[in-house]
Amino acid sequence: MRVRFWGTRGSIPVALTSADIRDKVAEALFRAEGRRFESVGEAHDFAVKHLDFALTHTFGGHSPCVELETGTQEYLACDMGSGARPFGAHVLARQSGKPATVNVFMSHVHWDHIMGFPFFGPAYVPGTHIRIHGCHEVIEQAFRLQQAPPCFPVEFSQLAADIEFVKLAPGHTHEISAVRVTPTPQMHSGESYGYRFEVGGKVVVYTTDSEHKLENRAQTERFVRFFHGADLVVFDAMYSLADAISVKADWGHSSNIIGVELCQMARVKHLVLFHHEPAYDDAAIEGVLRETRRFEELTRGTQPLQISAAYDGLEIDV
Amino acid sequence: MPLAHRLYDNALVLAPAGRLDHDNCEAFREALAPHLERTAKDGMSIVLDLSGLEYVSSAGLRCFMLAAKQAKAQHSRIVIAAMQPVVAEIFQIARFNLVFEAFPKVRDALSALSPAAAAAFDRG
Repeated sequence: MRVRFWGTRGSIPVALTSADIRDKVAEALFRAEGRRFESVGEAHDFAVKHLDFALTHTFGGHSPCVELETGTQEYLACDMGSGARPFGAHVLARQSGKPATVNVFMSHVHWDHIMGFPFFGPAYVPGTHIRIHGCHEVIEQAFRLQQAPPCFPVEFSQLAADIEFVKLAPGHTHEISAVRVTPTPQMHSGESYGYRFEVGGKVVVYTTDSEHKLENRAQTERFVRFFHGADLVVFDAMYSLADAISVKADWGHSSNIIGVELCQMARVKHLVLFHHEPAYDDAAIEGVLRETRRFEELTRGTQPLQISAAYDGLEIDV
Repeated sequence: MPLAHRLYDNALVLAPAGRLDHDNCEAFREALAPHLERTAKDGMSIVLDLSGLEYVSSAGLRCFMLAAKQAKAQHSRIVIAAMQPVVAEIFQIARFNLVFEAFPKVRDALSALSPAAAAAFDRG
C-alpha cells in the first residue's frame, strides 16, 4: 500500500510568501560558503545532502487530503481539503480520459476537510463514480451547501460525476474496494471519525481532528486497540501538549507527545505527524519533528517507533 | 506515591520521586491535594523539587498543569526546581517550560519566591 499526502495542513490552507522564498534562497547561498557548482544537478545534490529539509523544501499548505493506493483500479482518499485539487489532477492524468471510481472517507465536514471538492476535477467528468463515505448524517448537506449560491458558481447538482453518499456504521468493519475499513468516533466539535484501513496484511490508521483526554483511561485504551499493530498512523499533532491541555483544551486537536505515547502503547511502526498548525513555518514544523523523535528516543520501550512529519507530496510505502 | 514535603517559612517544598505516569498520576493528585488546600488557606507558595523524578509522561504533566491552574485560582504560585536532564527535556518538548518557571536548584526557587523562605532553607 502506498500513502500519498496531498494536503497536510490543519484548519486553513497556507502558502509560502515571497519573503519566505527570499529568506530560504539567501540562507542556502550563505550555507554554500562560496562553493562553485558545475551544473544545476550538482547544486541540487548539495542542497539535498547538506541543507535542512525546511530550507530546501516546504511542508506545504494544502488542507487535509490523503490518498491510499492499494493496488486496485479504484482510488481511495481521506478527506477533501484543498489537497483534493492536486489529487484530482493526478487522477485525471493517470486515467487519461477514462472515467475513474473514487472512494472518499470523511473524517468530518468542517470546512478545511471539504473545501477542495468544488475543485476536484474528476467531479466534472461524466462517467466518474465518486462514493463519499462517512458516519455523519450531514455529509451530503455540507457538500451541497458549500456549492450553493452565493458561495460558489457551480452548484453541486451541476457536477457531471455520479456522486453517491454512503453512510458507515462506527465500530463496524466494512469491505470497500477490497479494503477492510473500520471507522471510530473521535472527540472533536461535532464529532469526527478516524479510519483503520487493512489490506494485504498491512494497516494504515488515519486519525485527524481528534482530541485525547488524558484523564479518560477507557478512551485511551479504545484508541490503543484501534491503532494496535498499525504499520502507519497519520495523527493530528497540531498543538504542543501544554497548549492542548490548557489554552486550547476542547479545541479538538492533539499533540505530538500524545501521538508518540498512544503509538508506543499500540506497538505502531510508523507515526506521521499531520494537520500542522497553520501558524507554523517550515522551520517550526521541522523543529517539532526533531523534538518528537527525541521524545520517542527518551521513552522508547522494546520497539522503536519511526516518526515523520507529513508534507504535501510525501509518499510512504507500507 | 510518596510525596516528601518540607516547609520553609511561607514556601512548601514537595518532592515527587520515581516515575510519574498513567499508572500513578491519580495517586499523585490525591497526595498533592491537601498541600494545595493548605497553600490556599495559608497564602503559601509551592516548589516542586523534581530532583528525584526520573520520568514524567503526559498524564503526569497534566497533573502539574492542573495543580498550576488551581494555584493560580488561589492566588498562589507553583514553581519547579532541580529537574533531571531527561525530565527537563520532556518539559521543553511538551512546552511546559513556557508554563512553569523552573530553577536549577531548590534554593534558587525559594529565593525567587521569598527571601524569608530562602533564609529558612539556609538555616537548614
